[in-house]
Amino acid sequence: MEFTRKNNNRQLLSRIATNDGHGENSPYFDGWKAYDSNPFHLTQNPDGVIQMGLAENQLCFDLIKKWVLQNPEASICTAEGVDRFKDIAIFQDYHGLQEFREAVAKFMGRVGGNRVTFDPNRIVMSGGATGANETVMFCLADPGDAFLVPSPYYAGFARDLRWRTGLEIIPVHCKSSNNFRITRQALEEAYEKAQRLNKNVKGVIIANPSNPLGTVLDRDTMRSLVTFINDKKIHLVCDEIYAATVFSSPRFMSIAEIIQDMDCDKDLVHIVYSLSKDMGFPGFRVGIVYSFNDAVVNCARKMSSFGLVSSQTQFLLASMLSDEEFVENFLRQSSKRLAKRHRVFTKGLEQVGISCLKSNAGLFFWMDMRPLLKEQTFEGETELWRVIINEVKLNVSPGLSFNCCEPGWFRVCFANMDDETVEVALDRIRKFVLQGTENAAGAGNKCKRRQKNNLCLSISSSRLYEEGLMSPAHMISPHSPIPQSPLVRART
Amino acid sequence: MTRTRFSRKRSPEPEKEKAGGGGAVMRVIVPLQGVVQGSGGLVLGSIIPCALFYFLQFYLKRNRDDPNDQNESNSTSQTQNPTTRSPSSGQLAELTGLTRTPSRPLLSPRSHTGPVSISGRVHGIVKGSDSPYCVGLRRVKEDPYDELGNPNGVIQLGLAENKLSLELVKDWLTENASNAILGNGKELSISGIATYQPFDGLMEFKVTVAGFMSQVMENAVSFNPSQIVLTAGATPAIEILSFCLADAGNAFLVPTPYYPGFDRDVKWRTGVEIIHVPCRSADNFNLSITALDRAFNQAKKRGLKVRGIIISNPSNPVGNLLSRESLYTLLDFAREKNIHIISNEILAGCTHGNEEFVSMAEIVDQEDVDRKRVHIVYGLSKDLSLPGFRVGVIYSFNEEVLAAAKKLTRFSSISAPTQRLLISMLSDSKFVQTFITTNRERLQRMYVQFVAGLKKLGIGCIKSSGGFYCWADMSGFISSYSEKGELELWDKLLNIAKVNVTPGSCCHCIEPGWFRFCFATLTEKDIPVVMERIQKVTETCKLNS
Repeated sequence: MEFTRKNNNRQLLSRIATNDGHGENSPYFDGWKAYDSNPFHLTQNPDGVIQMGLAENQLCFDLIKKWVLQNPEASICTAEGVDRFKDIAIFQDYHGLQEFREAVAKFMGRVGGNRVTFDPNRIVMSGGATGANETVMFCLADPGDAFLVPSPYYAGFARDLRWRTGLEIIPVHCKSSNNFRITRQALEEAYEKAQRLNKNVKGVIIANPSNPLGTVLDRDTMRSLVTFINDKKIHLVCDEIYAATVFSSPRFMSIAEIIQDMDCDKDLVHIVYSLSKDMGFPGFRVGIVYSFNDAVVNCARKMSSFGLVSSQTQFLLASMLSDEEFVENFLRQSSKRLAKRHRVFTKGLEQVGISCLKSNAGLFFWMDMRPLLKEQTFEGETELWRVIINEVKLNVSPGLSFNCCEPGWFRVCFANMDDETVEVALDRIRKFVLQGTENAAGAGNKCKRRQKNNLCLSISSSRLYEEGLMSPAHMISPHSPIPQSPLVRART
Repeated sequence: MTRTRFSRKRSPEPEKEKAGGGGAVMRVIVPLQGVVQGSGGLVLGSIIPCALFYFLQFYLKRNRDDPNDQNESNSTSQTQNPTTRSPSSGQLAELTGLTRTPSRPLLSPRSHTGPVSISGRVHGIVKGSDSPYCVGLRRVKEDPYDELGNPNGVIQLGLAENKLSLELVKDWLTENASNAILGNGKELSISGIATYQPFDGLMEFKVTVAGFMSQVMENAVSFNPSQIVLTAGATPAIEILSFCLADAGNAFLVPTPYYPGFDRDVKWRTGVEIIHVPCRSADNFNLSITALDRAFNQAKKRGLKVRGIIISNPSNPVGNLLSRESLYTLLDFAREKNIHIISNEILAGCTHGNEEFVSMAEIVDQEDVDRKRVHIVYGLSKDLSLPGFRVGVIYSFNEEVLAAAKKLTRFSSISAPTQRLLISMLSDSKFVQTFITTNRERLQRMYVQFVAGLKKLGIGCIKSSGGFYCWADMSGFISSYSEKGELELWDKLLNIAKVNVTPGSCCHCIEPGWFRFCFATLTEKDIPVVMERIQKVTETCKLNS
C-alpha cells in the first residue's frame, strides 16, 4: 500500500511512459552521453571525446550543397521555387507526392544495381527508418508475438521493434568462427527455443548490409533465409538502409532481387529503406516501407500519418533524386570516399596489431579487441570499453550493446568526421595499444581505478532483455503499478 | 495474471464494426485489472483476480455463442445499427475480400500452417476506410471540381483545410526566401540540416513556436519553450500523449461529436478506448458536466480505467468555444477523479467573431496547483494553413510526460529543412500578426456568407466562433430520423449535389441529421454554386416529406 501511494504520480502515466523500453540505458547511449558532455574539437577541445558511435555519413556534403545551390527551385522556399509553394504547403495526402515516390523507387532500383525495379505505388513513407521498422512491426505482429533477429544487431532495434508494439526479440546467435554468418541451423535453434517458450514467432528481421558488421549477405545465405521463412510461413523484413554504402565487392543484393527467381510467398517479404545513411540525410527523417503484401502496404500507409515527411522535403528530394547525373556521381563519389576512409582506418589499426572483421559496407567496421581483454567475458569487455571512453576518449560501441554473443568486439563509426579527426583518433588508439603492450601489468590497476568513475553504465542491459523472455517471473501484469522493466530491477 | 499478458491483443478497430471474440476477452480482462489496480492492495490484488477469473469463465462461456451481444464497447453501441450503411459503401467491395486472421488466443502458437497471419490492426483499418468520411474524400480526389476544367466535379466541403490566406505566406517567401532554409548569406549550411538533429525539435524552433502560440492567443499566455515537444503533425502528438497517459485497455472520455481522426490517433495502435460523452443540440452541443460524470461512472461500472478527458477547443466539428467557467469546471472534475486533460487547441488561431478564446494554459497559469495533469496539443497545420509541413506540438506541464514524449519523437520528428524555414518565417512577428488578423477577417466573412446561404435554404447552423466549418442541422431533410436517414442524405449530397460533406455520424454525433460543411477551401464566388447544388437535394427532400 505504502508503495502504491508513493508512486501515485507515476501511476498516472502509462507503462510505456515509465518503463525502459526506449533502451537508452545501455552502453551504446552512455557513450553518447559521454561524448555530449565533452565533445572533441580539433582546436577548441582537442582533448574531448571523439564520436565514433554515430553512424552518420558526412563524407559527401559538398556534393549535396553544390546541387542545392545549382537547383534553387527544388527547395520551394527560395524565390525561384515559390510558384510551387501553394500546392506543396497544403499537400497532406499520406500516399506522398507522386514524384517523390517515383524518385525514391527509382533510387532504390539504382542502388540495387538496376537488377530489379520497385513499384512507386508500394512506397510507403515513415518517420525515418526508426518509424519504418516500428510500422512494419505494428502491421505484422500483435503484442506478445516475437521476431527472430540475428545478433549482433542494431542497438536501436530493442526500442524500434518492441517499445510501443509490445513485441519480443529472440536473438539468433551468430559467431565469429564463421564470420558471423546467419546459418539455417542457428535460425532453427532460435525458432525452436521460441517454441519451447511458447512464443508466437511472426518473422525474421535482418539488416543487409549488416549493422554493426558492415558485411553484405551473400546469395546463398539469402536464399536459405527465404526458404526458412517460407517453410515456417513467417515474415521476412529486410532493413536495407545501408544498401548504397557498399564500397567494394561483393556487391549488394536486395531481397527483391533474390525472390525474383525463387518460388516463395512474396506476401511474406518486406523491405525497410531510408535516406539517412545512403544519402547522409538523417535530418530529413525519410523512412520507407516497401512491402510485397497489399494488406501491409495498405495498413502501413494509414500508419504513415504518424510520421509523414514534410511535403517541402518530399519535393526537394523528388527533384534531387530524379537528377540522374547527380545521383550517379554522388553514389560513385560516396563509395570511393567510404572505401578510402575504411582503408585508412583499418590499415592504421593493423599496424598496431588490431584486426577487424573483413567488411565492405556501412559507415563502420567491427573491431576485434579480444586480444586486449583481460578476461574473455562481458565484464572484461565493459572494463576495456570504460578505459577506451575515459582514457583514450573515443566513443566506440561495445558488442554487448548489439547483443553480440561473444565479448571483445566493438563497432567503430568512421564516416561522421573529417580527415584531421581520423588522424587524432588513430593516434589515440595507437598510443593506447602500444602503452598497453608495454606495461600490461600496470593496466590492470588503472582499470580498477576507472571503475569508480561516475559514468553511468548499465552493464547488463541487453543480456537481460533476452533473459526477460525466458524467465516467467518477468511476466507480471502489464497493468501492474510496479515498474517492471528487467532493467530497472537489475539495477536496484 | 500471466494469462492476461497474452490476452492483451488489441481487437480490430471497432469503428462501427463488430468486435470479434477476442475483443470480448480483452474487455473483460482489462476491467479486471482496473479493479485490482484501483484498489492497489496486495490482498485484494491476489484474491479479486482469482474470484473474478472464475466468473470470467462463466461470462465467456455465456457470450461466446452470441458475438453480437455485449461485445460492442459503449462507444460504438451508441451509434445506430452498424449493419445499415450508405449505398456508396458498396463501391468498396474490394476491401471486404480480406480474410480475417483468427485472433491469437484461438491459435495454437505451434501451428504454423494456414494463411499468412498479419496483425489485428491491419484488418481494423482496412474496414475503417469505408466510412463515409473516407469515401467522400476519395470521391473528391477522383473527380475534383474546377470552375473551368471540371465544373461538374465534386466540391470539397469535407476537409478542414484553409486556403484563404495562403498567398500571404507565399508573398513572404518571395521576399525572404533566399535565407530561409539555407541560412544567412551565401554560406549554405547543409550539415546543419542534413545531419541528426534533436528528435523533439530544434530549440530555436521551439522558441519561435512558443512565441507564435502566444501571439495567436493574443498574448494572454506565455508559453515556455522547454515545455514543448515537437512532432510530425498533431496526429502523432495525440497518439504520443495517448501512449504516455494510458495503457492498452484504459479509456479516455471524449465529448461527441468529435474529430473523426481521434479514433485512429487515440485508439488504433495504442489499444486505448474512447468513452463517448454525448453533447446535444438542446445545449447547443456544449459539454455538460452531468454527461461527463455519467460517462465516467458508466465506464467505472464496466471496470474501465479512465485515464483522462480529451477536449477540442475550438471544437471540431461544431466550432464552439469552451468558456472560462467550463474550463474551471473541467479542471475540478479532472482533479476530483484524478485524471488527465488533453486540450486540443489546434484551431486557436482560427477563431472569428467576438467570443473570447481561453487556452487551458491560461487557466493553469493562474491556478498554481495541479498543472501536471494538463497537456495541450497544438500544430501549424490549421493556424498557419501548412498541413503539408507536418508540425505538431505537445505542450505539457508534466516533466515525466515531456521526457517520455521526447523519446517517442524518434518515430515521428519534423524534417530539419522545414524547421529552418519556419524558424525564419515565424520570427518575422510583423508578418505573423498580419497573417493572423487577415486570416481571422477572411474566415469571419466566409462564415457569415456561408451560414446566410444555408439559412436561405432553410438549414440552420449552431453558432460557431472557430474553425473552417459550420455545423448544420439538416434533420428536417432526412427521410428517417436515424443514421440510415442521415447517410442517405449524405449520399444524395455527394452523388446528386456533388458536394462532399461530413455526416455527423462520422463524428459520433448522438443526434442524426447534422453535417459539417468546411468552407475555407472555397472562394467567395464558389458559395452561390455550392448553395445551388445543395438546393437541388433539399428541394427533392422537402417534396418527399
